[in-house]
Amino acid sequence: MNRVPVEKKVLNENQILAEKLRARFHENNVLCLNLISSPGAGKTSLLERTLESMDHLTRVAVLTGDIQTENDADRLKRFGFPVRQITTGGTCHLDARMIEKGLEGWPLVDLDILFIENVGNLVCPSSYDLGEEAKIVVLSTAEGEDKPLKYPSIFFKSELMILNKVDLLPYVKFDPEQARQNARRVHPEMEIIEVSCTTGVGFDRWFEWLNRRWTAHGLETVEQAG
Amino acid sequence: MHELSIAMSVIESLKSEAQRRPGARFTKIGLRIGELAGIDADALTFGFEALVKETEWQSIALEIESVPRRQRCPRCNLTFAVKDYEFTCPNCGELETACAGGDELDIAYVELEEA
Repeated sequence: MNRVPVEKKVLNENQILAEKLRARFHENNVLCLNLISSPGAGKTSLLERTLESMDHLTRVAVLTGDIQTENDADRLKRFGFPVRQITTGGTCHLDARMIEKGLEGWPLVDLDILFIENVGNLVCPSSYDLGEEAKIVVLSTAEGEDKPLKYPSIFFKSELMILNKVDLLPYVKFDPEQARQNARRVHPEMEIIEVSCTTGVGFDRWFEWLNRRWTAHGLETVEQAG
Repeated sequence: MHELSIAMSVIESLKSEAQRRPGARFTKIGLRIGELAGIDADALTFGFEALVKETEWQSIALEIESVPRRQRCPRCNLTFAVKDYEFTCPNCGELETACAGGDELDIAYVELEEA
């Protein structure tokens, strides 16, 4: 019997493809963000309000993933930005190959920000690198504040947590301070922004984050090119 | 539940190892999975066994080593396993320690008999 070390990622193929995508995003100065949440937390609503408020000088595109239907793409197309639906047909997450295919025919040089709306699921999407610059996890006040402890993987891997539906706080048993503490137990450095996609509260901070992240990303790219 | 897709990737890796080592008989594959990887070891084993049934990989054993989240102390350089979200360095009391692993999803090794 002979034991041979392999030391390779199980998702090696996905990883190789994700790194290629990441390099393409960098080359073309595209900030790629991967939005993940449970179904119904408000990823599409967040994107609707974001696109609605977005300056048309910013060149934004969306790839939105679902198991079935084109509903989300239809909702997002109304704002005049390029939107494509990825229908996985049963798969509970997006992988790098689906993103590569979803981008076909889109010249990345014409984009500033690419939002990827993952399939609604707090577990599986956390395993698949899509070549994004950052993962963003969306939690809503209609869920439990213990979600970060129940699904630590995605909260650990996300750079930002958006706490959505804060307009419902007077009506639901949800302790936002407890939610923040739970998120920081799993990921002490994670940024947290509270928003309501209905009232628009918190969107100034969300846009400030996007601007800051895009500028930092651009500088990094410029530095790399130099 | 994406353990079945993960199990399929494990089998793909086995196939590429087999191509690199023609004639070898594989007996075991060892994975290393961090507690932050979001993978359920039982579900993965179940999926793997279902996939290899009545194939050439039927007799291969799957061994999973679960590894905890680790933090590294910038002051005394100790790397320690985190329990109950306690990130303080157990050696010197430093509060600001940095993550040093725990989201692994790796193929660590294969065991084989060379032809």
